[in-house]
Amino acid sequence: MSTTTINTQKVNFNVFRFNADEDYLPYYEDYSMDVTSEEVVLDILNRIKWDHDGSFSYRRSCRHGICGTCAIKVNGKVTLACKESMTDMIEVFGNDLVIEPLSKKRAIKDLIIDKADFWEKHEQVTPYLDTEIDENPTAENIVTPAQADTLDEADLCIQCGACHYACPVVEISDAFMGPAAFAAAYRFEADVRDDNESRLTDVNQMGSGVWDCVKCFECADACPKEINPIEKIGKLHNMLFQSGKAESNIATRHAVGFEKSIRKNGVLDEGSLVLYSELAGVVKHVPVALKMFSKGKIVPPWGIIKSDNLDEIQKLVKSSSTAKF
Amino acid sequence: MGKLKYALFTGCTAKQSTPEQMMSTMAVAEKLDIELVELTEASCCGASHLQDYDDFLSLVLNARNIAYAEKHELTMVTICNTCQLNTAMTKHRLDNSADLKKRVNEKLGEIGLEYKGTSKITHFLYAIIDDFGLDKLKEMVVTPLSQFNIAPFYGCHNIRPSELQNETHDTPENSYNPTSLDDLIIACGGMTVDYEQKNKCCGFHAELQAPKVSAILTGNAIAGAMDGNADWIVTPCPLCHLKLDTQTGHASEAIGREVSLPVLHMQQMIGLALGCPPETLGMKHHVTKVDFV
Repeated sequence: MSTTTINTQKVNFNVFRFNADEDYLPYYEDYSMDVTSEEVVLDILNRIKWDHDGSFSYRRSCRHGICGTCAIKVNGKVTLACKESMTDMIEVFGNDLVIEPLSKKRAIKDLIIDKADFWEKHEQVTPYLDTEIDENPTAENIVTPAQADTLDEADLCIQCGACHYACPVVEISDAFMGPAAFAAAYRFEADVRDDNESRLTDVNQMGSGVWDCVKCFECADACPKEINPIEKIGKLHNMLFQSGKAESNIATRHAVGFEKSIRKNGVLDEGSLVLYSELAGVVKHVPVALKMFSKGKIVPPWGIIKSDNLDEIQKLVKSSSTAKF
Repeated sequence: MGKLKYALFTGCTAKQSTPEQMMSTMAVAEKLDIELVELTEASCCGASHLQDYDDFLSLVLNARNIAYAEKHELTMVTICNTCQLNTAMTKHRLDNSADLKKRVNEKLGEIGLEYKGTSKITHFLYAIIDDFGLDKLKEMVVTPLSQFNIAPFYGCHNIRPSELQNETHDTPENSYNPTSLDDLIIACGGMTVDYEQKNKCCGFHAELQAPKVSAILTGNAIAGAMDGNADWIVTPCPLCHLKLDTQTGHASEAIGREVSLPVLHMQQMIGLALGCPPETLGMKHHVTKVDFV
């Protein structure tokens, strides 16, 4: 019979405290505890409440990583408290840990936040199967394994909000729908049973649309279910082009401009790309462009060093393209 | 250890808007006696934007770039985080799907190339850490940067998604507490600045479509480094460099505070520590003046 050794070590917790009804500003309280290698972050939250301060507030429910209730931040890392092992946290961050809510500016009481923005955005993307149901079917509606695979695990989302509140664009722009809402939109757009004709266009017209993602991959690392929301945002971009629903705007021209540039030079022509993306709007870049030019940072189109064997690249662009604009 | 030799994928920026990065890469490689074989056949990696338009085409083009590194039987070294991400992502996807690899190779077959999956793809930062070794680098330092507080700016595409990134190098990196660039600063004799934004986004990839959001992110990053008493910022990514170096006007306006710090490429920092003359490191190509050399 194998035995497991349970190690114990001293950990200092710096915990975010705030009561919106009483406090003008949040503050941090220190708790020092012996932590065993068996514990998860939620055990620590429970011990703070049960052993130190009964007024300490946080959300918890299933304790099995499926209800999505207990997402918080530890040293800036978004995590499901019931799933995250203390051993891993100590290994990454050492013995001084900072416990904070998912979003400090949305805190109501300690780790509990007002998640209304998350739910409002989620609701807007029509996050359900939109289809005409035959109430008296004569045969099964079969979804093949290959068709089910196209969801790419987007259906595993537990709406914990980890990716949403890890997104730096959500943090500073209320107009951005956020990775969770987009992943939900993709989940139903990719479902063969869904007949919604307008979701894709709607999603692109809500708030600031689908193009403001900064491609930081914070959501990919944050998701406790490894759904990789940014990949789904990319797929929505691809779907817009493939369906012919992509409108001409700065973002779409910017994406298409890469293909044009590669076709012409193999490499990018940075100046021409900005011009093609912005059209007349390019004038706002002139002051910075002049500074860059004076420092030898702008190469004119005729000065671009094209890729060797450019004919190969042009042949591949011709034979491998799958999108049209 | 024999002489280190890599296939260099410069990316587009090093040849256009960050000439100082190309210069300093070559200067540092010479000092470290690392041979870089430039992949002059390589195309643009798509920078995560071609991927939005045509995912399959981006895979084919990146596979072609990797196939050239494979022809040289060399590890591909990148000097741009976004090139690293898109190239490594292509490799990851092709190595994990026989069907995708077959479809991509059908296209590459038309030009007589094949993607095999035999070349590693790593960023120059990790090549120095994993293959050259920071201890050895430290021994070669002639001008320790001991009088400088240096703020590391990691750049998203070298640290996230963690699962992919940790496939590409030996030294593990945690995206929430990365250490590679801090370790490099220390090896060069400098003092590192710990600040909240060091592993955050500079906003580069949304600069055109979401200029305000993008400028706020840039402003916050520089402000964080300034509040940490940094003398300058160092980054392994030329795109982060462009943003932090050239966009201080928009960034200051967006966050309502004047922000500006010299921003050095990782290669320039190493070059200074190894005693490369500043003119070989392209310091005159910076928009925000590098006033300490």
